[in-house]
Amino acid sequence: MSNAPAPVPALEVADLRKTYATGVEALKGISLIVQAGDFYALLGPNGAGKSTLIGIVSSLVNPSAGDVRVFGHSVRSERSAAMQMIGLVPQEINFNLFETPLDICVNQAGFYGIERDVARARAEKYLKELALWDKARAVTRTLSGGMKRRLMIARAMMNEPRLLILDEPTAGVDIEIRRSMWKFIEGINAAGTTVILTTHYLEEAEQLCRNITIIDHGQVIENTSMKKLLSKLDVETFVFDLANPIDGLPTIDAVKLTHIDAHTIEVEMSRAHDLNSVFAALSARGIMVNSMRNKANRLEELFVRLVEGNLGGTGKEAA
Amino acid sequence: MNAHGNLVALGTIARREVMRILRIWSQTLLPPAITMTLYFIIFGSLIGSRIGTMAQGIGGAPISYIEYIAPGLIMMAVIQNAYGNITSSFFSAKFQRFVEEMLVSPMPSWAILAGYVTGAVLRGFMVGVIVLAISLFFTKIHLYHPLVMLSTFLLAAVIFALLGFVNAIYARKFDDIAIIPTFVLTPLTYLGGVFYNVAQLPSPWKEISHLNPILYMVNAFRYGLLGVSDIDLTWAYLIMFAFVVGLGVLCMSLLHRGVGLRS
Repeated sequence: MSNAPAPVPALEVADLRKTYATGVEALKGISLIVQAGDFYALLGPNGAGKSTLIGIVSSLVNPSAGDVRVFGHSVRSERSAAMQMIGLVPQEINFNLFETPLDICVNQAGFYGIERDVARARAEKYLKELALWDKARAVTRTLSGGMKRRLMIARAMMNEPRLLILDEPTAGVDIEIRRSMWKFIEGINAAGTTVILTTHYLEEAEQLCRNITIIDHGQVIENTSMKKLLSKLDVETFVFDLANPIDGLPTIDAVKLTHIDAHTIEVEMSRAHDLNSVFAALSARGIMVNSMRNKANRLEELFVRLVEGNLGGTGKEAA
Repeated sequence: MNAHGNLVALGTIARREVMRILRIWSQTLLPPAITMTLYFIIFGSLIGSRIGTMAQGIGGAPISYIEYIAPGLIMMAVIQNAYGNITSSFFSAKFQRFVEEMLVSPMPSWAILAGYVTGAVLRGFMVGVIVLAISLFFTKIHLYHPLVMLSTFLLAAVIFALLGFVNAIYARKFDDIAIIPTFVLTPLTYLGGVFYNVAQLPSPWKEISHLNPILYMVNAFRYGLLGVSDIDLTWAYLIMFAFVVGLGVLCMSLLHRGVGLRS
């Protein structure tokens, strides 16, 4: 039996509650643990309480009750030590639009007590890694939306945080830039930084994150590993594009077919069911399939079911 | 964060403030220069030349009207600019939400306050020097008590920086940072003995004028430059120190509770 102490989690949230002055109860007793080094998804529909939770963790919102610890430091009683660990990429653009990216990054480092020469070197490093160095001395209001998003990531990296929180960092960003951002963040995570991500692009959460919490109406409705969650999905829906138009739908055992248009059908079937038998049955009736795709990605399908209450969540803390 | 780190953070805010002041110099440094030049021309040269001697200076030398109002005009510019700097800068940070850069950092509340107050005092100093230089084109300025002048400048700039900070904390829209300067600060400054000696006012206006804190700042500053004052210097310092302590405690309390900043 090992006597090694248990590693300190990157984030511990215990029975966190928040009721705003307007009376809105945004969080109703949230508890979760994010282990150090994890790539963690925090998902939920709009208004679920994600941004309030992130606001409390980053000390922008005062909690009504409960505790938050960042690498063992309480956000309430050891705010300075806790904040030293965190880098935050907020949902909304929140930098001075009249300053340059270089100044924004160097100043951000200054707020963490980092000397200017160290800050300049770091700013150059991260602005280069995020392909912003050629805009380092441009006024930020002239930057494109994607550049502004990348600048917020560079700024969040200036204190080289142990916990990086990304609140919908790719909202409104084109696919190419989004991929380059994920590549950068995957590299940061591989180097040891814990990453917490909220996003509405669920295929990204599925690809990137190892553990997941889904919250809705201020409560945790699922908290598990991505692998376990995806294994809960027992039914999948595919869209088949057909070579020739069809009038009626054939019948195939244990498979539900829906006619979308003359060239397209939807195929809903158990994950245990064999796709080859579906193709064979269609082929036998002279229906040729040109291409196929998932109607929605797996996590998206699960997410919708969980939020609509069609799939039982555990509501328990992750191990 | 250790003490050195806190000082680096404070210095970062102060430096950013100075860069902002210099970047938009046509909005921060030029207007007070033009306004005060007009004051010196109209009130000092044109009207002042008909008023004659306002007081007897050190050694019995007569003090002309333009000499008499010069310290008040410098102090007026310092007060308005220290106040205006912190309200516009801190409210902009709130409005554009980049105040969050500081709120999510480990720097303590006092460093945020001190950084912004330092920026406001430095703008007051820059404007004060500009107006002092302009006044030299119109009249002679003697520095009879430089320490009194400097300490009064510093205390007045800090007081109005702290007041401006409270205004910015509570402001929800840009109109809210214009109301106090227009309806409170300007009237108090004009009635604070910049252009006249309050001792010449009839009762009860003379007594009411003594409730105006700007009267004490203007007169203490005038004492530093001309060696004459309409009020007791001890009272002036007591009142200024009381305001600094009271407003400092209020600002720290607002920051600690996150009023207007943290939900």
